[in-house]
Amino acid sequence: MEALIRLFAFSALAAIGLILLFIARETLGIVSAHDISRAATGTTALEVYGAEDDVAAEVYNPEVELPQRPSESVAEHLTPSANPSLVQNLLGTTWQPVSSQPKYGLLPLIVGSLKATLIALLFAVPIGILAAIYAAFFAPAWLRETIKPIVELLAGFPSVVIGFFCLMVVASATQNLLGTTFRLNALVAGIGLAIASLPIVFTITEDSFTNLPRQLWEAGLALGAQPWQVVAKILVPAATPGLFAAALLAFGRVFGETMIVLMASGNAPLLSWSPVEPVRTMAATIGAEMGEVVWGSLHYSILFLIGFLLFVVTFTLNIIAEFWIRQRLLRRFRGLTT
Amino acid sequence: MTTQYGFQKERSWQILVGVAFVSITLLMALCVVGLSVGMLGHFALEGLPHVTWQFLTETPRNNNTEGGIFPAIYGTVLLVILMALLGVPIGAVTAIYLAEYAREDSSFTRWVRFGVNTLAGVPSIVFGLFGLGFFVQFIGKGIDSLFGLELTWGKPALIWAAATLAVLTLPVVIVAVEETLRSIPRELREAALALGATRWQTIRRIVLPHAFTGILTGSILAVSRGAGEVAPIMFVGAAYSLPELPKGLTSQFMELGYHLFVLSTQSPDVEATRPLQYATTVVLLLTTFALNLSAILLRLKMRRRRLITR
Amino acid sequence: MALQSPLEPKIRTFELNVYYGYKHALQDVTVDIYPNRVTAFIGPSGCGKSTFLRALNRMNELIPNARTSGRVEIDGINIYDPGIDVVQVRRRVGMVFQQSVPFPKSIYENVAFGLRLNGKLPKAELDELVEKSLRQAALWDEVKDRLHHSALELSGGQQQRLCIARAIAVNPEILLMDEPCSALDPISTAKIEELIEELKQNYTIVLVTHNIQQAARISDYTGFFYLGRLVEYNRTRELFTNPQKRETEDYITGRFG
Repeated sequence: MEALIRLFAFSALAAIGLILLFIARETLGIVSAHDISRAATGTTALEVYGAEDDVAAEVYNPEVELPQRPSESVAEHLTPSANPSLVQNLLGTTWQPVSSQPKYGLLPLIVGSLKATLIALLFAVPIGILAAIYAAFFAPAWLRETIKPIVELLAGFPSVVIGFFCLMVVASATQNLLGTTFRLNALVAGIGLAIASLPIVFTITEDSFTNLPRQLWEAGLALGAQPWQVVAKILVPAATPGLFAAALLAFGRVFGETMIVLMASGNAPLLSWSPVEPVRTMAATIGAEMGEVVWGSLHYSILFLIGFLLFVVTFTLNIIAEFWIRQRLLRRFRGLTT
Repeated sequence: MTTQYGFQKERSWQILVGVAFVSITLLMALCVVGLSVGMLGHFALEGLPHVTWQFLTETPRNNNTEGGIFPAIYGTVLLVILMALLGVPIGAVTAIYLAEYAREDSSFTRWVRFGVNTLAGVPSIVFGLFGLGFFVQFIGKGIDSLFGLELTWGKPALIWAAATLAVLTLPVVIVAVEETLRSIPRELREAALALGATRWQTIRRIVLPHAFTGILTGSILAVSRGAGEVAPIMFVGAAYSLPELPKGLTSQFMELGYHLFVLSTQSPDVEATRPLQYATTVVLLLTTFALNLSAILLRLKMRRRRLITR
Repeated sequence: MALQSPLEPKIRTFELNVYYGYKHALQDVTVDIYPNRVTAFIGPSGCGKSTFLRALNRMNELIPNARTSGRVEIDGINIYDPGIDVVQVRRRVGMVFQQSVPFPKSIYENVAFGLRLNGKLPKAELDELVEKSLRQAALWDEVKDRLHHSALELSGGQQQRLCIARAIAVNPEILLMDEPCSALDPISTAKIEELIEELKQNYTIVLVTHNIQQAARISDYTGFFYLGRLVEYNRTRELFTNPQKRETEDYITGRFG
């Protein structure tokens, strides 16, 4: 019996392994994509996902004029493109997978992901930390017990709903406020991502604050410090590892988020750092194109490659957050907590 | 060492900085609270009036621009039930292992925990790819070729979407169940073991009955999480618009979140379907929040019971 | 309780009462505490001695539902008067806790913390004050080569002396010590006791301890708390050789506690 239970307990780890294995497996198709797509020709009509493929292939956000997205045909997917300079193609600055000369430059997507993530963290990290400082140190007990469930409520919003909120409210509000040319842009998506990651930042920060030894607070006050001085000069610095963990986990959450970006970013794969231009992230690219791609084609494999990169990035962040920061946290408080 | 000075306030600038500091943090806290409440209010105001009986019970018509969302509700319910059936047993057993058998310092336990935490951090779109690469392409196609079927399982389908979500929600179940198991008093277990019960007997007769609420809480939380996820199922089974209900495990299906995405970004006339979009949002939110609320209430009940047993 | 003494009291309390919710934790304590002396308060746990100590720098106010009435005069000024700035009180009344609580910063930063609170000081002056405080706390020789290492690297006894250095750096007049040795080994305890003897030349020291021998060894005055009341207060030698109250005698002879 115990052996069986042990086997089941392996499930989570097994899932990680399988995810890694099977995404890598589909990615490896890059090498032989040409052959596979040929072989797949026979069943192409069935392989293309869903009967509603013609609709799904439309431009994702009708409100934004995208750079040329010629109507696709299955034949174009199958044009030989696994040329020797595939690596060069991947390192290029143009993402244009559906054209007679497909360009698979990942750079605009990577820059897009980083840009959206950065904007999101710029909002979420300071707001989340400051709000957590209030809740943990200054709020009276009844208020703290009111704030926390409300933040949990925010965490309960599905990302597609947050995306919809950005599409409807945030986009109009920022356009009215800033007079941006594009209604949907990196800023709108960034705000949406910030909304999604605020609860993470708040909760983890608040947690690491309340886990601080109570005596620090008293020792600071006994030295004749004002309460805010104790908070700003002792308690917050003492919780830095927790703050880092919060920022890292928020980064991971935001970097891989799909629906919000898909709905609110404008989705144009432009290589630019401007926050008010449309942006296309790695995750959104998978979300937007996987539905219309021919299984086994080069494009398909490259979408898996992007997924693989996403996995590696978030996986690394998790390892850092898990081991490095927890270790540091432990070392910091050793001898302090009873 | 007598002193001439008293205890009067003298450092006014410090008090000023302090007031400013507290005000800023208060402002940010209000910001977060306002966002949460504001979003809820916005959707309630815009959407509730459009949630009618017809809307809930009719099928979409005219390319999703008219009619209701019944197939989406039906599909979502079916999806999450299947997901729970597939995922909860595995998650519950893992939690039992972690809480009852595992020695905290063994490297196997550390690896299991690491797996759970990592799994919780994988982006949902990657689960979608995984579902496509593993369930559809590998398992599904494997079944087809094994039985010589003509493309039955090897395509996006309800069962694969449910399986994908089951993997995604595994950490939710594990954490919730483990928390309950840990709350069971040690004495209870030790008493059983002292009577000569084996470990498994103890778990089956003593621990599992107590863990029931925990498993229920975990399932509800997982269902709530799964019902809101769109990215993982976009290309493993969710359909743009299907007038008929899914007939079997291999059918495609409509789903509330995906339907909202489709309505708000893919519709031929986005403006005209605004009421439909808001109404769909309200239904989706009501579902997830109702589930979350019941999980919270269950947990409260559990805690209270624990206090009594003490 | 006033004693015959040539000294002007540094701290006088009048009918000091502290309530925690409905619990009457401290009842009508009236006592004089003299400058440049060590005054120890002893008693079984929960007798109110720590509550009394925390009332002397208004740390009791941090406990929810705590209420204080009566007067605590320091140099004739009631620190519970409405116009009094509690932060000023705590600057003049330092406190050392039962559990050493170094901030998770460097040794230097720990001592400098209180000095920096009132704005910037020139580096040289700060260095000098840090060294002086560490010397007074008899820690300088042990840490002078690693001032910028984390304070958490120090041993328990060193950490406690660091906390004393940190408390005296801001130049208080009174030093409250809440069972400063209860978490320490005998050698560290001996060092701290020696240090307390030194410090009383410059400070008024109020010590709470559950260790009767410690009170007998290092204090000049001793008070005995029981069930929230100050049962007896006298010169240490008098109290230990000739206790006036039955409870006191029972306690110091080890019949309960």
